[in-house]
Amino acid sequence: MKLRLGLGSCGIAAGGLQVLEALQNEMKSRGIKLEIQKSGCIGLCHHEPLLDWIEDDGQVFTYGAVDARRSVEILEAHLAGRGPLEDCLVSSSDEPAKYLQQQLRIVLKNCGRIDPESIEDYRRQDGYSALQKVLIGMSPEEVIKEIEVSGLRGRGGAGFLTGLKWKATREAASEGRYLICNADEGDPGAFMDRSILEGDPHAVLEGMIIAAYAIGAEQGIIYCRAEYPLAVKRLEIAIVQAQENGLLGKKILGHNFSFDISIQQGAGAFVCGEETALMASLEGERGMPRLKPPYPSEYGLWGQPSSINNVETLANVPWIIRNGGEAFAALGSKESKGTKVFALAGKIKRGGLVEVPMGITLREIIFGICGGIKAERRIKAVQMGGPSGGCIPEELLDTPVDYQSLNATGAIMGSGGMVVLDESSCMVDLARFFLDFTQKESCGKCVQCRIGTKRMLEILERICRGAGREGDIELLEELSAHISENSLCGLGQSAPNPVLTTIRYFRDEYEAHIREKKCPAKQCQELLRYSIDPNRCMGCGLCAYACPAECIKGGENNQPYYIEQENCSKCGACLDICPERFAAVILD
Amino acid sequence: MHFCGKKNRSEETNFFEVQLDLSALMKIIEEKRHEKGSLIAILQKAQEIYGYLPLSVLKCIARELEIKPAKVYGIATFYTQFRLQAAGKYQILLCQGTACHVNGSERIESTLCQELKIKRGETTPDGLFSLESAACLGCCSLAPVMMINGQAYGPLTAEKAVTIIRKIKAGESLSLVGGEAQ
Ligand SMILES: Cc1cc2nc3c(=O)[nH]c(=O)nc-3n(C[C@H](O)[C@H](O)[C@H](O)COP(=O)(O)O)c2cc1C
Ligand code: SF4
Ligand code: SF4
Ligand code: FES
Ligand code: FES
Repeated sequence: MKLRLGLGSCGIAAGGLQVLEALQNEMKSRGIKLEIQKSGCIGLCHHEPLLDWIEDDGQVFTYGAVDARRSVEILEAHLAGRGPLEDCLVSSSDEPAKYLQQQLRIVLKNCGRIDPESIEDYRRQDGYSALQKVLIGMSPEEVIKEIEVSGLRGRGGAGFLTGLKWKATREAASEGRYLICNADEGDPGAFMDRSILEGDPHAVLEGMIIAAYAIGAEQGIIYCRAEYPLAVKRLEIAIVQAQENGLLGKKILGHNFSFDISIQQGAGAFVCGEETALMASLEGERGMPRLKPPYPSEYGLWGQPSSINNVETLANVPWIIRNGGEAFAALGSKESKGTKVFALAGKIKRGGLVEVPMGITLREIIFGICGGIKAERRIKAVQMGGPSGGCIPEELLDTPVDYQSLNATGAIMGSGGMVVLDESSCMVDLARFFLDFTQKESCGKCVQCRIGTKRMLEILERICRGAGREGDIELLEELSAHISENSLCGLGQSAPNPVLTTIRYFRDEYEAHIREKKCPAKQCQELLRYSIDPNRCMGCGLCAYACPAECIKGGENNQPYYIEQENCSKCGACLDICPERFAAVILD
Repeated sequence: MHFCGKKNRSEETNFFEVQLDLSALMKIIEEKRHEKGSLIAILQKAQEIYGYLPLSVLKCIARELEIKPAKVYGIATFYTQFRLQAAGKYQILLCQGTACHVNGSERIESTLCQELKIKRGETTPDGLFSLESAACLGCCSLAPVMMINGQAYGPLTAEKAVTIIRKIKAGESLSLVGGEAQ
């Protein structure tokens, strides 16, 4: 018997450490010794904190939303043979949660199942056997061939064929080469790379070592976001373990191949996810992209040929080597092979990580696996690809998730972040939100990107403020065309996407803001109007008490209250506080 | 990267020289001097030591590495991680990523600003809290999220956020009273 506790970033945020402490205290006071295994993210993030009870025969009972008290009850019940406790059981070996059952896990296979700080745990799951296979019986060319057969495409956004990238790097004439792992995951709303690094760091290392062997690199660098301290810590531990086990360093496993890995932390710039900016940052410069070609495969870090691969891309590599490229190519759709991890967030009922074969539809993911929308509302759209992507409206939810089909909608696969939106999300506000992001993150090199996004943001801000003008939509479209055409890197080129897709599918919302000065989703604060229905107001005065602007007047002699509109700051406090049975505050 | 950002300008007005013990910094520089491209790593270490990057630190790095102070300053202002002003004892990092945005993070920001009487990027006069924003802390399924000194909190409501802040404040004033009593 043992216990397993999910201690990824979100598990810790949800209170995982308090659970750990409670369990340790309880066991101490009872004088029992049970192993508490610490694991990473299993992807059931909506149920955090997660606690597993594992029987000796391998049966697993997974409990969700556990707190300190609950965890002790679970422990007691199982020890006394009264388990499992049905009411907070979310999944078990006999009856796996539908959420997990419908997934196909290659990259996330070990996440949440093994202790990420233990190399033995990883080894027990066939870990490092792919590396052994490569070193014993495969030439670098054969490794590249296998990856080419698999059809693996980069998961960092652009979807470039990984085999081709490796081949080009290997064939570039040079003494030294670099392998760089891009762990800068900047798309706000995507967290799959973080979960892989926190939950199964050795898989990424194994992928890197194999990649280095294939391209002929002796040095590897992981460029990781500074916002992911736990991922950095687990990577550091994993690297030391790999070094101690002869998997990194000189003459790996006794073969004539040497490779080592260091970690460089990013310093908070989204544009550094772009490969040439990332290399500039590694060289200690400002992270500004440069013109391609020359591509990094010819002229990369310090002028040497370099292959830059995303975390998830690399985590696929060991599986492909173990099972063969053909097996991988058999999964997914014609042009998009294998599986993809998606991070679901927003108004979704069961948010978390989902790994599915490419080619299944958005609807299957959002409704089939994740249970649809949180409250009793209707889904409106799903945002994919973050600031470079776009919004896919409800009508198009039957679009399969593969590179081509998603591009056709105007959105992109991107890194796989999916933010689900319901009727209460304003699409103009969302476009403004993304432009605000890209505008701040532009490195400033290209005029169109630097100033164009600023102008677009100003227009969107005035539309959200109710000061939009006739012709603003067309102006936005015109600016978009200029910016995409004249920007150097992907950031500028794709910055208009969120605006263009929302105009394409939700033009009526833009028009309502501009012509009627109304926000249909009731999100744009300055277009809201709060009032009190005199027939419903019972004169309790709670709203007048809560109003920070002190603009709710009336109430003498049990008269109804009213709002002085000129001073109202539209904070919504009155609406929140008015007792439900009166519901006298109206928002329109 | 904030081209006409007010943030940088207000930073500059507070950008006076402070007398600091630079020996810890010198040790870092000695270690990294011969590594190529180590400027960002040195700045990160310096910020770990001093909590922020005072002018004297930037100047010292420029002098030791024999590069122009303008270059060091350029890097320090390009990357959002670097701060030129001392941070509060409690650094509040409010997530403004997509998932948090659609779940109402703006309202939480305005509530926090009201509660602390500061704007984003500022520190309270007592030096207790500073408020900053981040684009995604990676706990999107708990949106909206904030992190205080590395500890994440979520899902937040405006009320919850205020309660957390007030709890910290209460704890601080308690420890002060305790200190005086001794
Ligand atoms: C503005 C911008 C941001 C990017 N951010 C990331 C990122 O955070 N992570 C990532 O893996 N790739 C990112 N990319 C893509 C990289 O440039 C590059 O294509 C990728 O790392 C290559 O790895 P892959 O072939 O394995 O996908 C970004 C690109 C652009 C233009
Ligand atoms: S497009 Fe924007 S982010 Fe990219 S290089 Fe040009 S200015 Fe910099
Ligand atoms: S919305 Fe806010 S400011 Fe306006 S009346 Fe209600 S409580 Fe007062
Ligand atoms: S971090 Fe724990 S399930 Fe996501
Ligand atoms: S968007 Fe806030 S944690 Fe990801």
